[in-house]
Amino acid sequence: MTIVAYAFWMFAICLITGGLFTVISRNPVHSVLWLILTFLSAAGLFVLLGAEFVAMLLIIVYVGAVAVLFLFVVMMLDIDFAALKAGMAQYLPIGLMIGVVLLMQLGLAFGAWEFSEQADLLRDAVTPTDVHNTAALGHILYDQYFLLFQLAGLILLVAMIGAIVLTLRHRKNVKRQNVLEQMWRDPAKSMEMKDVKPGQGLS
Amino acid sequence: MTEFFTTTYFGIFLLTLGQVLLIVVPLLVALAFLLWGDRKIWAAIQLRRGPNVVGTFGLLQSFADFIKYAVKEIVYPAGADKAVYLLAPMVSLIMALIAWAVIPFNDGWVVSDLNIAILYVFAVSSLEVYGVIMGGWASNSKYPFLGSLRSAGQMISYEVSIGLIIIGIIISTGSMNFGDIVMAQDGKYGMFSWYWVIHFPMLFLFLISAMAETNRPPFDLPEAESELVAGYQVEYSSTPFLLYMIGEYVAIVLMCALVSLLFFGGWLSPVNFLPDGILWFLLKICMVFFVFAVVKAIAPRYRYDQLMRIGWKVFLPMSLGWVILVAFFAKFELFGGVYARWAIGG
Repeated sequence: MTIVAYAFWMFAICLITGGLFTVISRNPVHSVLWLILTFLSAAGLFVLLGAEFVAMLLIIVYVGAVAVLFLFVVMMLDIDFAALKAGMAQYLPIGLMIGVVLLMQLGLAFGAWEFSEQADLLRDAVTPTDVHNTAALGHILYDQYFLLFQLAGLILLVAMIGAIVLTLRHRKNVKRQNVLEQMWRDPAKSMEMKDVKPGQGLS
Repeated sequence: MTEFFTTTYFGIFLLTLGQVLLIVVPLLVALAFLLWGDRKIWAAIQLRRGPNVVGTFGLLQSFADFIKYAVKEIVYPAGADKAVYLLAPMVSLIMALIAWAVIPFNDGWVVSDLNIAILYVFAVSSLEVYGVIMGGWASNSKYPFLGSLRSAGQMISYEVSIGLIIIGIIISTGSMNFGDIVMAQDGKYGMFSWYWVIHFPMLFLFLISAMAETNRPPFDLPEAESELVAGYQVEYSSTPFLLYMIGEYVAIVLMCALVSLLFFGGWLSPVNFLPDGILWFLLKICMVFFVFAVVKAIAPRYRYDQLMRIGWKVFLPMSLGWVILVAFFAKFELFGGVYARWAIGG
């Protein structure tokens, strides 16, 4: 076995263990931590495939940002372990059924899947050999499929604006902070010197 | 002999191990003195003496502190999640250390010459937040938890602007390799060919974002002692605390190295008649660290809403606008093509 094979087995075992414990661990925070291990192992497998750009993006986007937000939310949950375990018997049959269906689909795909030699060749030809895969991805996204890429970005933008609009509401009785107003305030506007006479005080 | 180190697996393993030790050991030793220097600069600005008892000028103070931490007892808070509690400081240190694998100290002096080196550093530094979050949660205590929530928000916010600033540099260079980035800054004007001239506004944004990203004062809100005692570190003692502290400082020195690689030409000499070399790189790291230390001493701590405001409402639009501007300059090769270094060949 070469080093690559050892690395593959290590990442694959980590990935499957991480996925398994994501599902079965009792504590949701542990689940998210196992999920992060799964993401990292998947990134390792991407590196072994020679797709280091995708691997780094997976880490930056999913582990560095999305999983942090998961953890952020899950940490603040008030965990009731009894309530968590109560649904187990109820959902187990459905979960098992989905698992069996997926397994059968995978079995069908790998057992009776036929494809021509040409398809295999076409798949290999996607990655050019003379440039880094980062540059190759850039050529595909920004040169060949520029319009589709921009449209995808537009859809995401619309979704983002929609989410902001849905959560934005102005309440009248809440004090708002105007940062620029605060910054331009000077002592002359906010302070006043008063000469207090003895025995009289300020009226 | 050379064959043993380049062909057999065991040889390659030994060679890589040697390279790793060659970086980590000097780094940790240098860190002891940087820590001492940090405290000395801090003290000098506040008209104090700083550490001056252990060794000449207090030079061995950091080593005394390390021994003190290492021989103390580890205290577990009641109800702490022990596994995560111990994992958190390790994550903090390991994430800070593994980023050094792609930092070149001289032309070709690098453990792993990745072609996506800068993305790798960015990815690893985005993982550093886990040490803080896990530590704060696993301590099962209120102050650490608040500290870790703060740091999660803070580190994610400032990663965004760091990423955009890095994109500007990548556009100028046409490569994500640190060697290429440094070589692209080599020019006939010496130190005025470096990126700090043409990416001038971004230098300040990057410095400030780096301070916020590494929880460095004036952005040390996760451990603000006036409100949170020590934030996520409250329940930590002994070696786990030491790991946290070393991890924090390794991350700071990494950010100093990044600033000198991205904006100050790495190992390039500031004047053309002197040779390039590793000494320049180390000197630049020390100078950036000096800036970090001075800022720590002279700037008061930010309020949390101010921190979030400048992160999202000031830095993000500015760095995004700069990316668009640089892309425009580079595409049409304006200003004699200084923004398109790949086109004029450095």
